Amino acid sequence: MKKSTKIICSSILFILVIAFLYFLDSNKNQYGMAYSVLQKGIIMAVVAVSMNLVTGFTGLFSLGQAGFMAIGAYVTAIFLIPTEHMEGVYYISGASPVIMTFKGWLDSLPAWFQALTPYIALLIGGLIGALFAALIGIPVLRLKSDYLAIATLGFSEIVRAVISSPQMDTITNGSYGLKKIQGFSSLFQTFAIATVCIAFMILLLRSTYGRAFRAIREDEIAAEAMGINLFKHKQLSFIVGSFFSSVSGGMLAMFMRSIDSKTFSISLTYDILLIVVIGGIGSATGSILSAILVTLSKEWWLRFFDNPLTIGGFQIPFFRAGFRMVIFSVILLVIVLFYQRGLMGKNEFSWDRIALQFVKLKNINKKVAKEGGSKNVE
Amino acid sequence: MTLTTFFQHTLTGISLGGAYALIAIGYTMVYGILRLINFAHGDIFMMAGYFMIFSMASLPWQIAIPLVCILSVALGVAIERVAYKPLRSAPRMSIMISAIGVSYLLQNLATYLFTALPRSYPEIPFLKKIFQIGPVSASLVTFITPLLTLLLVVGLMFLINHTKFGMAIRAVSKDFETAQLMGIRLNNTISLTFVIGSLLAAVGSILYFTDRMSVTPFSGTLPGLKCFIAAVLGGIGSIPGAVVGGFVIGICETVLVALGYSTFSDAFTFILLIMILLVRPTGLFGEKIIDKV
Repeated sequence: MKKSTKIICSSILFILVIAFLYFLDSNKNQYGMAYSVLQKGIIMAVVAVSMNLVTGFTGLFSLGQAGFMAIGAYVTAIFLIPTEHMEGVYYISGASPVIMTFKGWLDSLPAWFQALTPYIALLIGGLIGALFAALIGIPVLRLKSDYLAIATLGFSEIVRAVISSPQMDTITNGSYGLKKIQGFSSLFQTFAIATVCIAFMILLLRSTYGRAFRAIREDEIAAEAMGINLFKHKQLSFIVGSFFSSVSGGMLAMFMRSIDSKTFSISLTYDILLIVVIGGIGSATGSILSAILVTLSKEWWLRFFDNPLTIGGFQIPFFRAGFRMVIFSVILLVIVLFYQRGLMGKNEFSWDRIALQFVKLKNINKKVAKEGGSKNVE
Repeated sequence: MTLTTFFQHTLTGISLGGAYALIAIGYTMVYGILRLINFAHGDIFMMAGYFMIFSMASLPWQIAIPLVCILSVALGVAIERVAYKPLRSAPRMSIMISAIGVSYLLQNLATYLFTALPRSYPEIPFLKKIFQIGPVSASLVTFITPLLTLLLVVGLMFLINHTKFGMAIRAVSKDFETAQLMGIRLNNTISLTFVIGSLLAAVGSILYFTDRMSVTPFSGTLPGLKCFIAAVLGGIGSIPGAVVGGFVIGICETVLVALGYSTFSDAFTFILLIMILLVRPTGLFGEKIIDKV
């Protein structure tokens, strides 16, 4: 396919997406479900790509996503709770004076700066997450696969324990969680932030760093022999991945408007792992696709699994609360056992591939069984 | 802290440690043989709790306990056959994801079947009898747990070191292929480790939950992770190590709770893990493995 055709295709897709988002945004009330589910889907896409960056591309099996998301979410939340609601949110033990002074200072800034607060909050949440990643990366990244998994899982549990501890009451409001967080202004804001994040990660993966990550995944010793600084690259991948996990945590906080430490339990990491595995370990676009598909089906299309269903007076068994999640865990197992490449395997989305599929389809339809019928496609 | 409360807490800690030790053995044996963190082990432990609730509902404890053991063993072996066996030659990450998938499935299945609300654990009357030694008082289960643990471990050590089955397990954990060439049935041996691990998890579950009174679908996750850490602390693959690790973590946790840092007791375990892995990755009793290129 020619480059110009590809550009045309991409721009058509882009315009279609924008038009669709515009349509949804202007008919928010009518399509409330699609509106919120898509928002959640794109947020999950950010964290799924960040997990894929660390796990799928660099081969570091890290299960700390929920912990980094929690850090990002709490930092963003503290930034974005309007000052007049602070007292109401921290009604148990009051907010710490440091936070209150900080909020006062934030409110005294000029109006144009106020408008930027959500972005700055997400950025700072991400940076704090990245800082933690840098600190724990030094000891933890020396570990091999399963030990790394359990150590990062442990980190995520530590974060959760610390957040919900009574000692942190004046900062994180302990186990009561934070409420009344300022949300996204529109669907576009969510999608724009997510697109920037994902684009950054994809660009990183296409750079020399991305190639080095893949080399480390394939064979650490060979990569080191080729002059790749193992520790530096592992650290970089881990920090960048954690940065975007934290940003997506902040976005999740803005989306949900209220968070508590239970939101960021181990099962959140497992949910993200499910998305990454379905999308294909080692495919960023696969993760995006599967994040949206999985979130759509989990929160919307497959909701009916959780409600008793009666067809023609016959009550179908099994359909009751919790059945949906059973189905999803079975899907995860089936994919790992029988279809390990997931939706996309290690491939990325490309127009060439789609064109190839089209041509194949056409050939089948026309029943062109001639030898070499598909050879002249390329 | 007075001397009495000190003894009281130590006793609770030892008892908790005993239950942890039993679960940790399951982790250490499976890791020793398959090089896999059996994430589902904590959930087998949780399911054993539910099995106990349902079998005690209609059966006396003398029948219920063996039944729970049999069901847990069946579950453990079934998991191995369905989720781990097809992935013997797959990359390490796939088999770990499969293990996580099983754990996720068991948790969701338990939520679906038994709801997420805590279910009260049945009382076995004689285990709850309160004993008084001097000023320290505790229920019988607190005394029984460490004793039973030691008894089972001695039995297990005998099995591993002095029987043909044990020899097979040791051989397979040393080298898969060579063991197979020597005529050892690989799949049977691996199943045997899952039988032992699940059996001990079932016993551990009865002892652990009798003290805790209730079971939820997620009550296996944290004990599971802690017991894995106990296994790492003792040196993965080493059974005495797992027991020592279990007791250390059980006692440390109880002491931290007694000092009023209950929220940090979980965090402590993970900090301990990171420290061990940094200072002595092979654990207390582990053998050093040299990676050859």
